[in-house]
Amino acid sequence: MIGQSPLRTFIAHAVLILGILIVAFPIYYTFVASTHTLQTILRPPLPLLPGGQLWNNYGEALFGGIGRIGGVSVGTLLLNTTIMALGVAAGKIFISILSAYAIVFFRFPLRMTFFWLIFITLMLPVEVRILPTYKVMVDLGMIDTYAGLIIPLIASATATLLFRQFFMTIPGELVEAARVDGAGPWRFFFDILLPLSRTNIAALFVILFIYGWTQYLWPLLVTNSNDMNTIVIALRKMVSFADADTEWHLVMVTAMLAIVPPILVVVLMQRWFVRGLVESEK
Amino acid sequence: MATVDLKEVKKVYPSGVEAVKGVSIAIPDKELCVLVGPSGCGKSTLLRMIAGLETISAGTVAIDGKVVNAIGPTERDIAMVFQNYALYPHMKVYDNMAYGLRNRGTPKDEIDSRVRSTAKVLELSALLDRRPRELSGGQRQRVAMGRAIVRNPKVFLFDEPLSNLDAKLRGQMRVEIKNLQRALGVTSVYVTHDQLEAMTLADILVVMNAGLVEQTGAPLDIYEKPASIFVASFIGAPPMNLLALTGSSSGPILADGTAIGFAPPETPAVTLGFRPEDADVTFNAEALPGALVLPATVEAVEPVGAESFLHCAAAGSRIIVRVSGRATAKPGDQLRVVAKAEKLHWFDQAGKRVD
Ligand SMILES: Nc1ncnc2c1ncn2[C@@H]1O[C@H](COP(=O)(O)OP(=O)(O)OP(=O)(O)O)[C@@H](O)[C@H]1O
Ligand SMILES: [Mg+2]
Repeated sequence: MIGQSPLRTFIAHAVLILGILIVAFPIYYTFVASTHTLQTILRPPLPLLPGGQLWNNYGEALFGGIGRIGGVSVGTLLLNTTIMALGVAAGKIFISILSAYAIVFFRFPLRMTFFWLIFITLMLPVEVRILPTYKVMVDLGMIDTYAGLIIPLIASATATLLFRQFFMTIPGELVEAARVDGAGPWRFFFDILLPLSRTNIAALFVILFIYGWTQYLWPLLVTNSNDMNTIVIALRKMVSFADADTEWHLVMVTAMLAIVPPILVVVLMQRWFVRGLVESEK
Repeated sequence: MATVDLKEVKKVYPSGVEAVKGVSIAIPDKELCVLVGPSGCGKSTLLRMIAGLETISAGTVAIDGKVVNAIGPTERDIAMVFQNYALYPHMKVYDNMAYGLRNRGTPKDEIDSRVRSTAKVLELSALLDRRPRELSGGQRQRVAMGRAIVRNPKVFLFDEPLSNLDAKLRGQMRVEIKNLQRALGVTSVYVTHDQLEAMTLADILVVMNAGLVEQTGAPLDIYEKPASIFVASFIGAPPMNLLALTGSSSGPILADGTAIGFAPPETPAVTLGFRPEDADVTFNAEALPGALVLPATVEAVEPVGAESFLHCAAAGSRIIVRVSGRATAKPGDQLRVVAKAEKLHWFDQAGKRVD
């Protein structure tokens, strides 16, 4: 540790605690708001302590349905968003690990051309190619479908590059040992490459899950019907310009619920990171 | 079980580097062939061509009489021990050893009995449940050996398998590899740049230089009759003393004018050599017919214990003389280095041996 004297320790802790308060307070306040009735919220000041409406509010949002978004329940929204985020994360990892595998371990014509093609797509984020993509989705009839939400987002140059970097650190001797041991391309992929990539996959999964969870523009375009909305889109739709029209208590509940799955993913996957960090494979 | 025959094998890498320039070696069944040579001479390339990990640009590799140029490493039925062991980091020792057998569809109970009996031979039985990172360097080396042995292949290939071990362990493993290879009777090719390892392990020693074979033969034959200056200076530690010769009206003399004192070989030679242990030193001035006598100044004395090496300046170059036990000479002493005529090696203009 850098600071050893009690005073330094005290200052360090004070700064840390202050930081946590600054970050945590808005979230706490959102939680407080989600446990009061609409009337309490609309009549300032908002109390600093949670109210008694916790079960009512959460129950209403999760199972009852919310008027401003056509009576769709937050449960449905959570399901939609989970499917989308899982699909995007899994799809991106699947596609990128396969393309990195091809680029690193196989010699085929135009290999570097393909690599650069993938690399160049980094410069074309979803927003840039959104119109042609939308048109394709309309033509394929994929508006308001999970496939339409997921597929246009799963090509990932970033993840491909990350896997490529990792694969290139795998010693040539290991690849050759597997060949001598009679492992063909598929065996090598499943028995050796995939297990060695575990921690990389876990890390990418968390990042990509959150990426998928927080998508805004694309779900906004490709979902029209309320029951296909993701939670982020629905949250936006719940807020009206007029304060009185907005069911703030339900908005607060939805906001609270929207941050739970990403936190769960981070917490549950943390084990993997720690393991990946402490036991570096030799 | 298998012979290995290389005929005029060549390797040109896509970058244009000609790493192996036409090598022919015939390895009889059950023998251990050591490829030795300086760094970059193409040893690993040659080994990898035998393994099937590198394509063969020209010539043929035959295992058991069958040309294998076109088939992959798996079908060649070889096993390889790599310099950095190349153990699968995520697999336990047991699975590391079993993996090759599983890929070949060996029945489970047979895999189990073979892995366990091999582990017993290599004293790995207690380590079967560990992962490679939980093993010491020497243990990893054993696992790599076990992975090769358990498959019971036609040919073992070793690429500098001991170079990551400390000197003592290297000595132990050297003996162990030799004993195992002999007990199993598996034809083997072993690459090293350590001449001691090469001498002690080889049934057939192949000395390579710049993509070509300099000499092939039994280790002691090569030691006693090196075919070229390159071999003479590569095999043996410390290396052979080499002195340049010039012509004179009375035959060849040493470069500094010292007469040789007896008849040189009939074929003209330009270099003369003798091994450190084939020379002696004397403080006396008596005549010594039939021997090369060089007045010398001791520059340094290296006592190693059982023997000492005297580094001397003589005939315009530095020579090393091995004397047994403690050396009586001290740096600065003037003495005479004596080498018997029959212990001298002669080399011609091209560096080839002359008898
Ligand atoms: N993949 C490759 N592409 C191009 N050139 C190569 C390749 N591999 C090796 N070479 C070259 O071929 C020559 C022989 O290399 P090789 O690895 O066989 O040497 P070596 O005798 O095993 O040396 P060392 O004792 O250092 O391992 C070297 O000049 C090397 O630079
Ligand atoms: Mg090598």
